[in-house]
Amino acid sequence: MTVKTLTINDQLITASAEQTILDAAKEAEIKIPTLCHLEGVSDVGACRLCLVEIEGSSKLQPACVTQVQEGMVIQTETEKLKEYRRMAVELLFAEGNHVCAVCVVNGNCQLQNVAIKVGMDHSRFPYKFPKREVDLSHRLFGMDHNRCILCTRCVRVCDEIEGAHVWDVANRGGQSFIVSGINQPWGEVDACTSCGKCVDACPTGAIFRQGSTASEMTCDRSTLEFLHRARTKKEWTR
Amino acid sequence: METRTLNKKPQNHQKIDKRPDKRFKVIDITMKRNHYRQDALIEILHKTQEAFGYLEPDILEYVAHALKLPLSRVYGVATFYHLFSLKPSGEHTCIVCLGTACYVKGSDRILATLQQELGIQSGETTSDNQISLLSARCLGACGIAPAVVFDGEVTGKQTPENALKTIKIWQEEE
Amino acid sequence: MDLEELLEIKETTQAKHQKKRKRVRCCTAAGCLSSGAKAVIDNLNTEVKHQNLTEEIEVTSVGCLRLCSQGPLIEIDPDDTLYQQVKPEQVVAIIDSLNGQQNRENLPQKTDLTHPFFAYQQPIVLENSGKIDPESIDDYISKGGYQQLRHVLLEMTPNDVTQEVTKSGLRGRGGGGYPTGVKWATVAKMPGQQKYVICNADEGDPGAFMDRAVLESDPHRVLEGMAIAAYAVGANHSYIYIRAEYPLAIKRLEKAIQQAKRYGLMGSQIFESPFDFKIDIRVGAGAFVCGEETALIASVEGKRGTPRPRPPYPAESGLWGDPTLINNVETYANIVPIIREGGDWYASIGTENSKGTKVFALTGNVENNGLIEVPMGTSIRKIVEEIGGGVPNQGTVKAVQTGGPSGGCIPAHLLDTPVEYDSLQKLGTIMGSGGMIVMDQDTSMVEIARFYMDFCQEESCGKCVPCRAGTVQLYDLLTKLIERKANQQDLDKLEALCQMVKDTSLCGLGMTAPNPVLSTLQYFREEYITLLQST
Repeated sequence: MTVKTLTINDQLITASAEQTILDAAKEAEIKIPTLCHLEGVSDVGACRLCLVEIEGSSKLQPACVTQVQEGMVIQTETEKLKEYRRMAVELLFAEGNHVCAVCVVNGNCQLQNVAIKVGMDHSRFPYKFPKREVDLSHRLFGMDHNRCILCTRCVRVCDEIEGAHVWDVANRGGQSFIVSGINQPWGEVDACTSCGKCVDACPTGAIFRQGSTASEMTCDRSTLEFLHRARTKKEWTR
Repeated sequence: METRTLNKKPQNHQKIDKRPDKRFKVIDITMKRNHYRQDALIEILHKTQEAFGYLEPDILEYVAHALKLPLSRVYGVATFYHLFSLKPSGEHTCIVCLGTACYVKGSDRILATLQQELGIQSGETTSDNQISLLSARCLGACGIAPAVVFDGEVTGKQTPENALKTIKIWQEEE
Repeated sequence: MDLEELLEIKETTQAKHQKKRKRVRCCTAAGCLSSGAKAVIDNLNTEVKHQNLTEEIEVTSVGCLRLCSQGPLIEIDPDDTLYQQVKPEQVVAIIDSLNGQQNRENLPQKTDLTHPFFAYQQPIVLENSGKIDPESIDDYISKGGYQQLRHVLLEMTPNDVTQEVTKSGLRGRGGGGYPTGVKWATVAKMPGQQKYVICNADEGDPGAFMDRAVLESDPHRVLEGMAIAAYAVGANHSYIYIRAEYPLAIKRLEKAIQQAKRYGLMGSQIFESPFDFKIDIRVGAGAFVCGEETALIASVEGKRGTPRPRPPYPAESGLWGDPTLINNVETYANIVPIIREGGDWYASIGTENSKGTKVFALTGNVENNGLIEVPMGTSIRKIVEEIGGGVPNQGTVKAVQTGGPSGGCIPAHLLDTPVEYDSLQKLGTIMGSGGMIVMDQDTSMVEIARFYMDFCQEESCGKCVPCRAGTVQLYDLLTKLIERKANQQDLDKLEALCQMVKDTSLCGLGMTAPNPVLSTLQYFREEYITLLQST
């Protein structure tokens, strides 16, 4: 294993050659906001929140999929990046129907956390108020498409860790939505093992446990760690 | 905000006996020819649509099982590509090209005229299932812009008036 | 197949054509077919048979004869006559004229072949287009076809081939302009037994039909170019990804592949060398984003055509994770002449940084719509005003759009810019794949910008946030402007969001989606300002 030295935000750090910028930064306690990234499953680089500036590169690069290189000079908090991150979050809020006050994960929501972090207190873009559905056909869980940000963490966790591939993305562009089975109600999809991994993977309140209320929700770190363990150590039972 | 509980009719799970249907044979042959390879999904969906006219959920399920693909994956692919249709189309189809060359030469007016005449939006079918109105993003027939495809036949240098004429002929056939 | 057999086919086919006193070539590319070419050819065939002239007059279906707006087109060889807008009932008069009987009033109009539209063209990619029957491999061989493949396989090392392509200075004709030789060398140097070659024929730019014309007119040239590329990079399996909107091109490609297989020009041990090669066709299903190489690869693998972040580039990890060479149709179509005439010859055409010729689809508000091939460095003014004959009805050129939804509009005062990768980029547009759309004084630039944004929001794959949600907001802002409901703040927001979508999108579609807005803002800002609400 070779070791690389690089600079992030004027701080000299070391990382192993296989690490991504995101991992290396995390080790050095430099926080880069993410939404679609989830420990233990593959990265897609879709939310664009982890974009960083790399000296010598004209394009912004997503930290979650960019490997470290010797002598890289990286900035993660420039004015431009901050502005773009805020806009990205605004676009996400304007695109769906995100009403924190009535959401089951209010206070434990990654989208909410990111919004606070990037200083997004209101959206400069008008809300689209799309008509989206709520699927309560599953015995234990529910899917509220209004709160979905299409990060595809549920799709990846179900495919890569549970191996059930209940979820996928249907349609495209602004019409995209997370689909279960052949666009069946979730409860009717035979492939679903009711493992609940997608519930744990969801960064917002889109996929939730039925019957839970906002006050019952806690930020359960152990589930995320479980996912990570299942993936890396191949230990699939809790 | 309007939130509505998913209230779909229970899926039609009473499996129709598919064997005698000749059209399923077409799909079977195509899949066999492609050695049931998962990467041939798009080819197979093309053939399926050719045989059935559109992609019904039951048929998508049939393809998914044969290729051992997740159902959601097949649905995802079928809805990603614009040429796949999950709804049956009308007796006649009229596709107005909205490529740049056609647009610059007024194809938007042709589409608007037809939409008004038929009382439907692009992408819809008239209630009597006679005519489907669609738009395309460049047919590559820019030299003869604006182009309209009537039942698979590309015609060039169209005007709202003569496009309307063709539609009228279809309507009179009924 | 060996050289003798190849040369024999070449000679017999040439002799077969020479034997005829007159050769009537009918354009059967999609444009002319849509204008009614089929009926004309049927009539010609019947009439020739009827008058017992089959020994003297040959009627062939050929590929694109360029002047698409005046179709159906018919060329008479050796008279150098091109008839335009031929009607089926004029066929008798044409045949009479071939027999020396003049029947002038019934003849279709002759096209002036000395017009700049034809005179300024320099066919390299299109050298066989309109000259040979695209459905006959013998015709292609009669023009020296497949000789370069043999030459490469038996007399050149893969490295020699890459060197020659590098020397030619050829750059990717899909729009990116990446040096082709460098791309080939990268794939060639990658370790691994399994490599792939892909031909990108997903010509999605609205207003562009160069690749369609090449495939419909001379499919074997693309196949031969791909085979040479495969030999150079060490691949033996390739795919052509073609959009379903081009049924004729698909049909001709399928036929060409079958013919090549039958002749042993595809398959195993081609020309008795150790080189094996096969081509599969993959038909798209209506998704513009599949022109982006990583999305195209996903689509070939039978998945949703969503792009993935690069690096790794396909040259490193492409189809099924193996090294993959992806080039566009026109790029492959340039390979045979480069090998035949040498890289230095090719490099002598064009400008310092843009070598060779470029095929453009000239359309929009211009007198002569059609397909043109001109040397790089030709000025846009020359293309639009001389070759294109300017705007009809004494109109004036307001702007010329290049590069489709990823490109921009060049205003009238910059028409003297030469067509080159770099000079166009400096103007805020791109060369693109070759669509060139002329807009006249009545065109509203804001509406054109909105038109492209509508295209992009509809074609966005939906994977990354800025492109999926950003293009929708941009479209709404432009609509607000057009409806005269926007104020200065909205305009500022529009500009800021354009920059954000451009800088943060995942793939080329999103990164270039704001270009039509940005370039019209740059050159036609006053049109935006006049639309602002007067408050």
